[in-house]
Amino acid sequence: MSDTLRLPRIQRRRHFKSMVANGIIMIFAGMAILPLIMVFSYITSSGLPSLNLDFFVKLPAPAGETGGGMANAIAGSVLMVVMSGVMAIPPGLLCGLYIAEFPRQKLAGALRFVIDLMTGVPSIVIGLFAYATLVVPLGGFNAFAGSAALAIIMLPVVSRTTEEILRLIPSQLREAGLALGLPRWKVLLRLIMRAGRSAIATGVFLAIARASGETAPLLFTSFNNQYWSSSLSEPVASLPVQIYTYAISPYEEWHRLAWAGSLVLVSVVFTINLMSRVLLKRSSN
Amino acid sequence: MQKINFLNGSIRFLTAAIMMSATVAKSDILINGAGATFPQPLYSRWFSDYRKVDKSIAINYQGVGSSGGIRQLLTGTVDFGASDEPMNVEEAAKAKSLIHHIPTAMGAVAVSYNLPGNPALKLTPDVVTDLFMGIITKWTDPRIGASNPGVKFPNLPVTIAYRSDGSGTTAIMTEYLSAVSATWKAKPGQGKSVKWPVGIGGKGNAGVAGMIKQNPGTLGYIELVYAASNNLPVAAIKNAAGQFVNPSIATVTSAAKAKIKEIIAADFKLSLVNSPGKDAYPVSSMTWLLVPESMAAAKSVPFSSFLKWAMGDAAQKTAESLHYAALPKEVRTAALERIGKIKFK
Amino acid sequence: MRSDRVFNLILRSLAVAIIAGFLGLTWFLWKSALPTLKVAGAGFVWSQAWDPVANEFGALPFLWGTVVSSLLALCFSAPVSIGAALFLTDIASKKIRSPIAFLIEMLAAIPSVVYGIWGIFVLAPFVREYIHPMLNGHLGFLPFFVGPPFGLGMLTAAMVLAVMITPTITSVCREVFRSVPDPLREAAIGLGATRWETIRLAVLKTSISGIFAAMILGLGRALGETMAVTMVIGNRPEISLSLFKPAATMASVIANEYAEAQGDSHMSALAAIGLVLLLVSSIVNIAARWIIKRTESKTHV
Repeated sequence: MSDTLRLPRIQRRRHFKSMVANGIIMIFAGMAILPLIMVFSYITSSGLPSLNLDFFVKLPAPAGETGGGMANAIAGSVLMVVMSGVMAIPPGLLCGLYIAEFPRQKLAGALRFVIDLMTGVPSIVIGLFAYATLVVPLGGFNAFAGSAALAIIMLPVVSRTTEEILRLIPSQLREAGLALGLPRWKVLLRLIMRAGRSAIATGVFLAIARASGETAPLLFTSFNNQYWSSSLSEPVASLPVQIYTYAISPYEEWHRLAWAGSLVLVSVVFTINLMSRVLLKRSSN
Repeated sequence: MQKINFLNGSIRFLTAAIMMSATVAKSDILINGAGATFPQPLYSRWFSDYRKVDKSIAINYQGVGSSGGIRQLLTGTVDFGASDEPMNVEEAAKAKSLIHHIPTAMGAVAVSYNLPGNPALKLTPDVVTDLFMGIITKWTDPRIGASNPGVKFPNLPVTIAYRSDGSGTTAIMTEYLSAVSATWKAKPGQGKSVKWPVGIGGKGNAGVAGMIKQNPGTLGYIELVYAASNNLPVAAIKNAAGQFVNPSIATVTSAAKAKIKEIIAADFKLSLVNSPGKDAYPVSSMTWLLVPESMAAAKSVPFSSFLKWAMGDAAQKTAESLHYAALPKEVRTAALERIGKIKFK
Repeated sequence: MRSDRVFNLILRSLAVAIIAGFLGLTWFLWKSALPTLKVAGAGFVWSQAWDPVANEFGALPFLWGTVVSSLLALCFSAPVSIGAALFLTDIASKKIRSPIAFLIEMLAAIPSVVYGIWGIFVLAPFVREYIHPMLNGHLGFLPFFVGPPFGLGMLTAAMVLAVMITPTITSVCREVFRSVPDPLREAAIGLGATRWETIRLAVLKTSISGIFAAMILGLGRALGETMAVTMVIGNRPEISLSLFKPAATMASVIANEYAEAQGDSHMSALAAIGLVLLLVSSIVNIAARWIIKRTESKTHV
């Protein structure tokens, strides 16, 4: 610092400017994190008091009554996310594989473009589409339509991640496999996918985390249900939709449940994210 | 290899999920309905009470607004609907089978507001209209003060809260405004979704009540039970007979009493707005369950039992405990007859 | 090998199925929107009316709401995101980098409905009690700050959106800054540049198109956002210059009205809005990726 003072004035000004800019950048970085801390602490402080065993095991109580929980919403979300994962992950992996490994085929290029477009489709539009194709013709709101809508959202995410990971795998691995006389599909599935499996798994987990938090596509598909759902062809409660319904209501009791539900949802999503990163780090070591 | 392992795992997951959902109450009959938020607190209580009467019936009702209920019923995605306004001719024409309107209870659309001190306000029809028109913009406007001497109004602008979704509550309110103001009748007119001249939209009675509750200076229209359960003040409105009347069970019942014969004659599809009668609350209404004849037999039989139970004393008393007015006895008897006559396919 | 041909066939069938599915989605939107477009034509986009009773439908208020809230969000978020990205690539020590990057990415993991709740119960009262008196009280003569202190409205929606798109812009900017070759930075330092000058000359100047692409991607994300915006924007199809007035976006009107739209013309109008939304998001998305591709090919010379 004393060195700086000995410099001619213009040098001191430049250093001063640099320090100010440094400071501003650090402030901006702090501002970027601040909302996260605010939201998380708000949800925790409002939601934690209402988080008790009842919340996890009881069904919703009628409007205006106390007690009750979101047990069916949690179960419904799990059901639909699992279903949508089953529907979206294998095709998503295959699409990413196809785009990355067969770049010279025109179809692959077209698929890449379409997948890119799909990542930008607003989730409400997907909900609209699922309503018209899976709810109205099937004669009712149902959990399957909800899962399908979520699957449409998940598939492009899985595909893009897979594609990007596969591009990073060195070509020597492929050549080695082919040199051993393996058919190409074995090389791709057994060797290449395997090599990238932790990073791909990370992408899959992120897609699952994303799907668990989606609300808009479920509004017109799985609808909502105050009871346990007993089949995929009936409406089912889901955590995000229930949170939304309760949050915009005027009942204090429902607000508290909404906060508790938000805490659970955010915690689950964070945990999935964290887990997938830990997985990634561990495997790369 | 990796992919096959994952497939394996996901198949196991799927089986577990299906088994989990299958173990839960497979013998339950699930009946799905959607519609008005006006009676939603009542229905959610009734359905929960009826489940104690008959454990095998689960009636799932979601409040999406009267328009939503009618639309979902017409599209066939729910088994029954609920509305605060009878279906009009266009809507009825789209129905694949006859849709019966069974009245369940009566309620009041209250004009509620958020002012410091929760003063009890008296409002005349022209003041109400001009508030919603956006002509009266400040609480300190002398026209409001004219019927409320002694109330100290804050220097706040009036913010109007209305329904952003298609609502029977809106239909009732706009019917009243159209009845007392020719200007309103011309534009915006009456309907479940109108173009409100000013204000902010909230979703459901719940959304509007929430907005009133959280924002000082707001004025909006909500079903009485939403005001009561949130400790929101309601205005006394001058009725056709010239009296300032508060919304309550008694005043809503008065509104219906004057018109019992007409209600039955009109097959229950009658409006109670601006009813004659000294104590009648001018913005009253019945609310209906919309029951299609195309309901499957497995569902229509238990649902009819529920409807008959709803006309009974126990259910109607519960309604009163929730700030809804019970249907007049004559109407209930007529409705019971009607329920028996529905020709389910 | 035959097994290879089978595998190839499976992949190609899957690709065709997905492309067909997407085309089906577009075709469905188009078909539903057709009645409205036939009646109103391109004028639909410019019409300000939204009156379900009178059967008058126009997309302009929603287009306005979507574009303005997203652009505002971008204005709020861009400096913060770029600063955060710079912090992560050029200022932070290696130890801090990981946790801070993780925290910023966690912003993206919070579901939209939770942001909506936070918006209703925390942000809206904050706007109503602090920001509105400050701006309206002192600068209320400007058309941007008129209106009652409602809390819900364009500004609150833009603020929530800004928080939601920050992680997107930050992560893309990080990639862009990381791909600036170190020799460039070293050259600047060698010439005696201060840290800020290094950043400004070596990193920022060369990354302009990448930063631009990041902002466009963030914009794309903001355009399609539904739940959080619906909960705080006030739901009023009206065009106003004021930040404190309520508005509506294309996504929010669909969420609010689709389940109950009754007249066929109402439903068709909402589908038309969905079509416009899809079109706008897609164009923005394609533009962003094209810019990124161009940037990548430039730096990988």
